[in-house]
Amino acid sequence: MGKPKIKSIPYEEFKDNETLEQMLDELNAHGANVVVTTADKLINWGRSNSVWPMNFGTSCCAIELMAMGAARFDMARFGFEVTRTSPRQADLILVCGTITNKMAPVLRRLYDQMADPKYVIAIGGCTCTGGPFTKSYHVVKGVDKILPVDVYVPGCPPRPEAFYYGMMQLQRKMKIENFLGTVNRKEKDEHKEEAEELQKKIINQEQEA
Amino acid sequence: MTLDIRTIAPSELHEEMLRLKTERQMDFLVNLVGMDWGEEGLGVIYMLESTRTGETATLKTVTADRENPFIPTVSDLWQIANIYEREVYDFFGIKFLNHPDMRRIFLREDWVGYPLRKDDKTEEENPLRMTDEPLADTTHEYFLKEDGSVGVKENTVWGKDEYVVNVGPQHPSTHGVLHMRASLDGEIVKKVGLVLGYIHRGVEKISESMTYPQLLAMTDRLDYFSAMQNRHALCMCIEKAMGLEVSERVQYIRTIMDELQRIASHLIYYACMTMDTGALTAFFYTFREREQLMKIFEDNFGGRLIMNYNTIGGVMYDILPSFVKEVKEFEKALRNRFKEYQDIYTNNVIAKGRMVGVGTISNEDAISLGLTGPVGRASGWKNDVRKRHPYAMYDKVDFTEIVRNEGDTNARHWNRMDEMLESLNIIDQLIDNIPAGEFQAKRKPIIKLPEGCFYQAVEASRGELGVFIESKGDKTPYRVHYRSSSLPLANAMDTASRGQKFADLIAIGASMDFVIPDIDR
Ligand code: SF4
Repeated sequence: MGKPKIKSIPYEEFKDNETLEQMLDELNAHGANVVVTTADKLINWGRSNSVWPMNFGTSCCAIELMAMGAARFDMARFGFEVTRTSPRQADLILVCGTITNKMAPVLRRLYDQMADPKYVIAIGGCTCTGGPFTKSYHVVKGVDKILPVDVYVPGCPPRPEAFYYGMMQLQRKMKIENFLGTVNRKEKDEHKEEAEELQKKIINQEQEA
Repeated sequence: MTLDIRTIAPSELHEEMLRLKTERQMDFLVNLVGMDWGEEGLGVIYMLESTRTGETATLKTVTADRENPFIPTVSDLWQIANIYEREVYDFFGIKFLNHPDMRRIFLREDWVGYPLRKDDKTEEENPLRMTDEPLADTTHEYFLKEDGSVGVKENTVWGKDEYVVNVGPQHPSTHGVLHMRASLDGEIVKKVGLVLGYIHRGVEKISESMTYPQLLAMTDRLDYFSAMQNRHALCMCIEKAMGLEVSERVQYIRTIMDELQRIASHLIYYACMTMDTGALTAFFYTFREREQLMKIFEDNFGGRLIMNYNTIGGVMYDILPSFVKEVKEFEKALRNRFKEYQDIYTNNVIAKGRMVGVGTISNEDAISLGLTGPVGRASGWKNDVRKRHPYAMYDKVDFTEIVRNEGDTNARHWNRMDEMLESLNIIDQLIDNIPAGEFQAKRKPIIKLPEGCFYQAVEASRGELGVFIESKGDKTPYRVHYRSSSLPLANAMDTASRGQKFADLIAIGASMDFVIPDIDR
């Protein structure tokens, strides 16, 4: 698989290309199957250009997200304007704003409810490290303590342009993923056997009755 | 200019408060601050004001018992005291006698200790808990028995056969992370309860370890739609305490910025209101004007939402030469488009159906609930801080206080619309006459406030925002408390939505226009 492209922006202008290249090397090391990579490319092209984000806004940073939905910044240009409010319909969670100790379990639960493949972007100083409130007794010092974060966008609040940059970095990451066979079944279902047994039991009971 | 505080023993508190309320007509409980005075004990400071005579009074009460501190409640006199006292219980562990609902309000129910006590080891005892939070359906009430000892009884908040629907904490229409529990009878709301604290950042506690210039970073992030006014309040409070004079130029600039901020806030309000009642198109209209304003903010302060503009003794940067012209252009644009907003939404028959006569709050309730700002003024209560206690340039400009008497969602909506025009009028009177002068007064690098308590209020976008500082003469404050403008608004949801349809709960919430980080602090 080759380097990811974003229209109108040269590859070199992005930062942290090393991480992407490392990912690519790992992917290519096992020898890529031509059919799978071609299919992957097509799927990834579609995936990365129609990301459905779930807007998890808790405070100030979320207002900049609202501004991004409006005309001047217009997120529809990039294909991620379909913000969902239900985790079950989203493939990306945008964590904007301070996450407190009381909110942490709620956020984690929402994340768990999302279907794979799923991504997390931490927007704002608060979600990256705790921001201005790191000394507080009631603030989670970075969402990476509770979720696996894909892209960090620092700033207090980050400018809309910074947010777009973060989104594009995520698109680039999605573009070089091995979708078939890896990403699309990332997580094992821990409760699968349990659930199957339970189902059997219920069916048995019904039959007996 | 320290506050003049009278001390009263807990045993006489309730009687004295009742006297103040009835004889001296102190019907507005401005603020209620929990305190930890160390050796002296735990206590509460009450700030009262009369809406008829404008008189004010400040009282404090202390109890030396740190193990089992008891103070009689005043929640039977002022409705707003109910939630304020729960806050004090949550942070200081002071139990209020005869208060019907002594549950925690910001922190989880399984939280250990009381974080704002000076001797509390909060972090050690409270690791990040990832389990679901417990939500009790019952609560405790403490009362004095005849023999003088304290008894406990259990009160029911949510009955066994009540049908309770949870709205939030992550819900697009609660404007942040508010958790409302509504008990329904069919489609009719019977009762609304609040679960707060999902964005409680402990600002008041961390403020205690910060120097005064560092404190300024916190205010913009409380109510980010009133960033300018919040910081104005804090700066004024510190300046007043230090006895620092700011130049007239600064006063002009601050006043203009406050009003621009108010317009930006009300534009957002309009956008949210339309979105919540299902008129998404109108959302884009006000955001267009807001972006024009954001451009001015960005050019002059470098920040869009969080400006960090006011400083102790002045402002961060002088305004740009283009500022006056740009503001005038914005003003023209807004005036021209103002009619558009009303055509597309406010005068629309569907919007009217959702607003007129919905969520009515009476005048007495508004005062007792401490609803300042456009919401209180929609119930016929003249509470504008700019008129009550003028600051900056407000006593020199000519403007009317917008008051309506209906008390419904429609009145609240129109109040904000009219306030935008009134803000433009204020800006009009000032923008051409900004005097020359310095934009930052000279001050010492290390700021120490004299001993005492200080309070300064401003009219923020959603009502009275007050800053309370107690200083012991150090570089850092002993206690900082913000009188939130949004907390009373959220608290009024119960009063406003009882007997209304469930769908209207959302519209009423939008018309209250609370900002959650300002509630939770
Ligand atoms: S990073 Fe700054 S703007 Fe964003 S939520 Fe935190 S304090 Fe607010």
